[in-house]
Amino acid sequence: MATVRTRMRCLYVFNRNGICLHYHVWLRPLITLSAQQDQKLLFGLLYSLKSFAAKVDPLSTGKENLSFQQPPGQGCSFHSFRTNTYKLSLLETPSGIKFILVTDPRMGDLRDAMKYIYNIYVEYVVKNPLYEPGQPFRCELFNSTLDQYVKTLE
Amino acid sequence: MAPAMRPGDAAFAAVEHVNAELFTLTYGAIVRQLLTDFEEVEQVNKQLDAMGYNIGIRLIDDFLAKSNVTRCSEFRETADVIAKVGFKMLLGVTATVSNWNNDSTECSLILEENPLVDFVELPETCQGLHYCNILCGVIRGALEMVSMRTEVKWVRDMLRGDDAYEMRLKMLDQIPEAYPYKDDE
Repeated sequence: MATVRTRMRCLYVFNRNGICLHYHVWLRPLITLSAQQDQKLLFGLLYSLKSFAAKVDPLSTGKENLSFQQPPGQGCSFHSFRTNTYKLSLLETPSGIKFILVTDPRMGDLRDAMKYIYNIYVEYVVKNPLYEPGQPFRCELFNSTLDQYVKTLE
Repeated sequence: MAPAMRPGDAAFAAVEHVNAELFTLTYGAIVRQLLTDFEEVEQVNKQLDAMGYNIGIRLIDDFLAKSNVTRCSEFRETADVIAKVGFKMLLGVTATVSNWNNDSTECSLILEENPLVDFVELPETCQGLHYCNILCGVIRGALEMVSMRTEVKWVRDMLRGDDAYEMRLKMLDQIPEAYPYKDDE
């Protein structure tokens, strides 16, 4: 029996309104919440983490209060956090699209990989004439190109 | 060592190119069809703007992914990026930005050459037509996806006898990011 040795765990794609446009899973042995709760929790976490990171920024002017939200991509923004069991990387585009990649904790800097995934999203989803912006998508070509790319990162 | 390319040139080189004549003639056919379908020139102008808007909301991601620009901190920078990188990457021409107002919320984008209007002449029956109105919609749609509400309209149009193409770009407001979920859960 072949064992699946993959360092990628899962990928989430959110838009600025908190709608999960896509959820792609490679390896996730433990699932405790329903998909909807899981996505909402993750989105809420990142929303809070962003304002928190901006607030503790030692270089910031300190004029913003905790509830102040910077437009996507502006000012201080965090790009990953690591725990003993996983690493979570975030890419937020100025158009409000958030890519979240959960991987093995030993993975290095994934910012370029995330940019490549953004390009895959643009090619197969945004440019797809059948895609309605703001709706969840399910696209075979996106999935297969993503899988192929992710194999090269292992 | 090669001289540093301007960001617009780099982005232009990175995208696939389409035959310019094919693009111009296809656009011309679209406008022609709209004129037949709607008959009234104002309606056609509105349709072109709406089509441009639908293009713009999708085009913004394509532009951001390929050009690697970071978030603009102020509207002046946004106008520069549109003129130098955006137009260059997507239409192959650069625009110039000028005529800023005192608040830096309004400016003009001036195009010396416009690939959409090659071979085009406006007949007498269509004098009110803004042939390139799709561009206004594209800019408006794209900027809305980066949290800016704008108004874009044509001020000078070479097809109507002026000496250049000038668009007036006005920023109305910034759309703040709001927490999307209600606090019931």
